[in-house]
Amino acid sequence: MLELKSIDAGYGSFQALFDVSLDVKAGEAVGVIGPNGAGKTTLMRVISGLIRPIKGRIAMEGTDVAATPAHRIVSLGIAHVPENRRLFPRLTVADNLKMGAYMPGARAKYAERLDFVFDLFPRMKERRNQMAGTMSGGEQQMCAIGRALMSNPKLLLLDEPSAGLAPVVVQQVFELVKRIRASGLTVLIVEQNVQQVLRVVDRAYLLEAGSIRAAGTAEELAASDTIRQAYLGV
Amino acid sequence: MQSFLDIFDIYLLEAVINGILLGGVLALLALGLNLIFGVIDVTWICYAELVMIGMYGMYYLVQVYHLPYWAAAPLVILLVALLGAALHYLVIAPLLTAPPINQLLATGGVLFILQSFATVAFGIDFRNLGIRLPVLALGEMNFSYARLLSFVAALLGMIGVYLFLTRTFTGTAIRAIAQDRQIMPLMGVDTKRIYLITSAVGGGLAGLAACLLVLQYDVHPFVGLSFGPITFLICVLGGLGNFIGGFIAAFVFAEIISLGGLFSDLEWGYVLAFAFFIVMMFIRPAGLLARRS
Repeated sequence: MLELKSIDAGYGSFQALFDVSLDVKAGEAVGVIGPNGAGKTTLMRVISGLIRPIKGRIAMEGTDVAATPAHRIVSLGIAHVPENRRLFPRLTVADNLKMGAYMPGARAKYAERLDFVFDLFPRMKERRNQMAGTMSGGEQQMCAIGRALMSNPKLLLLDEPSAGLAPVVVQQVFELVKRIRASGLTVLIVEQNVQQVLRVVDRAYLLEAGSIRAAGTAEELAASDTIRQAYLGV
Repeated sequence: MQSFLDIFDIYLLEAVINGILLGGVLALLALGLNLIFGVIDVTWICYAELVMIGMYGMYYLVQVYHLPYWAAAPLVILLVALLGAALHYLVIAPLLTAPPINQLLATGGVLFILQSFATVAFGIDFRNLGIRLPVLALGEMNFSYARLLSFVAALLGMIGVYLFLTRTFTGTAIRAIAQDRQIMPLMGVDTKRIYLITSAVGGGLAGLAACLLVLQYDVHPFVGLSFGPITFLICVLGGLGNFIGGFIAAFVFAEIISLGGLFSDLEWGYVLAFAFFIVMMFIRPAGLLARRS
């Protein structure tokens, strides 16, 4: 479904990704793990078009993503839940969700998608007239994921969904990811919480200092010595 | 003594009501400027000059081409809306990432261009529509129909903008964009297009204000100076970019002008309003409804 080939990317003269290649197949959940500053967020941004690759190729179901204007990429079926959620804090939950359905294709199915998201997150239905910025971190994460789902995506990009949340809430967020997967969506998830993420994904890549250092199934990575020592603390 | 108080109260009431009527038009002007500032983060110094061009548009359509007022007004609103979009496209868009001072100087330049253009094209004569609306007498109080009509139309214009901003996808995007510009592409929003639409709406509001002001004031190339500065003060007092703050501040200013004018000359009303503004800037420098963060 999504294929990255030899991507170099960065900000100005600072290069954050070096020759990164990865692929996500339809129906898969794939994780990208790695320490702070490894380039995980840059990777997400380069896929959703917030920054452009210096070199390399990104294809979504055969379409050249790097040649598509940033605001059209969501129409290719890629929805990005950004790091720190990035809700519109002084818009209501309902308006935030509405923004997720902005593009013409999604507008037509707005009511239908809203029902779907409210089914998935009944809490959002209760809070729909509340300002998004006044909710708890976990609720904001639900709202951010709900906003992304409003566009009826094929591929969901999740950037550090557990960041800044209490441990109990982290559990809930990963439960949610499982449920989203079960609904047939393809998921690419970037996480520092390696232990948790390896429980919900099929495969994962290890990104360190801007390069892919290892790749494999979740079981393989969980069993590998380097990852056990560096990330799982055992 | 008793009869003196009666008359005094009547005049006071008349001044208060006239203040409210004036406040409606000022609030409309402030909304246009606030919309541009709140969404695009740029101040159109030449905002009142767009109104001036719109007033000339009304003058020519009604006096020279003999269109009825109700037919000329939508054309002028459309004209100034296009002017607003053109201003954004030609002047603001290339300067979006420039330092604010450059943006101010550029729109300040447009102010002088429009004033000079109007002087050359239309001359410095004072012109009016030649429409004299009757005066409504309520007991001992007199209200001009022009003011009543302006107030109602301004209110309807503001309600229209409110519905557009809250009910439509585009309007929601306009409100969202100021809160997080960078992630707008993730929503599928083309920010350039939203800026252009916002500029057209801001221009359209200036056009509506022109249609209303031309009923009460003569138009000349420097007429923008009569309400440009006060519009800026209202926006700053309400908190730049804060729609509700601007709305309240417009009525506060209008009442000060109207009541100040009751106790002395109308000019003293303006002096009081500006003095009040300076004092408020010491007390609440970020505006009446400054967000506490």
